[in-house]
Amino acid sequence: MVMDQEMGRYPSSSSSSSSSGAPNLHVLAVDDSHVDRKVIEKLLKISCCKVTAVESGKRALQYLGLDGDKSPVEFDGLKVNLIMTDYSMPGMTGYELLKEIKGSSRLREIPVVIMSSENILGRIDRCMEEGAEEFLVKPVQLSDVRRLTDFILQGDEDRQKVGSSKRKLWDVPRSWFTTSCS
Amino acid sequence: MEVVGQLQKQYVDFITSLFREAYLDDQYVQLQKLQDDSNPEFVVEVVSIFFEDSEKLLNDLASSLLVSISLFWVFILCLRPSLLLMVVLFFLLFLFQLYSQQQVVDFKKVDGYVHQFKGSSSSVGAQRVKNACVTLRNFCEEKNLDGCSRYLNLVKQEFYLVKNKLETLLRMEQQILQAGGTVPLLEQVPLLWKQ
Repeated sequence: MVMDQEMGRYPSSSSSSSSSGAPNLHVLAVDDSHVDRKVIEKLLKISCCKVTAVESGKRALQYLGLDGDKSPVEFDGLKVNLIMTDYSMPGMTGYELLKEIKGSSRLREIPVVIMSSENILGRIDRCMEEGAEEFLVKPVQLSDVRRLTDFILQGDEDRQKVGSSKRKLWDVPRSWFTTSCS
Repeated sequence: MEVVGQLQKQYVDFITSLFREAYLDDQYVQLQKLQDDSNPEFVVEVVSIFFEDSEKLLNDLASSLLVSISLFWVFILCLRPSLLLMVVLFFLLFLFQLYSQQQVVDFKKVDGYVHQFKGSSSSVGAQRVKNACVTLRNFCEEKNLDGCSRYLNLVKQEFYLVKNKLETLLRMEQQILQAGGTVPLLEQVPLLWKQ
């Protein structure tokens, strides 16, 4: 057991402010659990992301403008770069939300990550087949979030260079992952 | 600074015992690591939300395992039957209630609540509560009402135990800070206690 005594209440993790003009990802987090929303929000903020946390699939669709009420052009300013959703939610499950998003021509390019406390193979397969980027087992760790955000940022860079390409998270060499908030 | 040193040692001893007895697991340490100057009350906030949500879930669980057919009793009284008839009807209703509880409880709903509780306790590192929830879920799957009721009591017990421990832990942290010290952080929970 190693003890760490540093300044502040606890030894602090990396600063949550981003440095030199690195783009801040906007992540939409969907989870019916208040505790989990609070934790994922913190994980994302520490990873330099802007976070919008909602408690249901329905709210998520409303936010994304998929509930039929708003026209797409009103949502340019709130562009979402990543959606992280819990699987088991009352009403609309994360899987159903995933299908709605992938079924929309406007939103299907947004990577969707499913989070679940249950490691059920059939469930994982179904989600990946439907186009999920990744399936994370809860509780989600900081390393998971960092890996994701690095992947998305790298993906954006690549897409700008060579045009659109669909690449899965596990294809990316480990050496590309950074650990700093920049 | 001796006071701080003593408080810190007491804190470390206490939190170590919580890990050893599986009240808390590594996830709690992960939460502590997420706390920084921009949100110095993060752990307290998460734990408070957990307490609040859990009390509500426990209430929901208790009422979902209870079959209320008290309306039948009211109906009988309204009929104003003779005393003998009333006794017979009450007896029949009592038997019916025993039988119907098994059929009327919505185990799917109960399972839903337990799943939520398991999730939130796992997210704060309340290991014993989480484990009790896992067993409770098994009883739900078997539609074993008796097992569910018994295990719900255990889940409740474990929750109040860990609530008590966490409140003490957070109080000890406050004392250290007030004495001008910093809270020692366990870098990792020893492998022996990881499950």
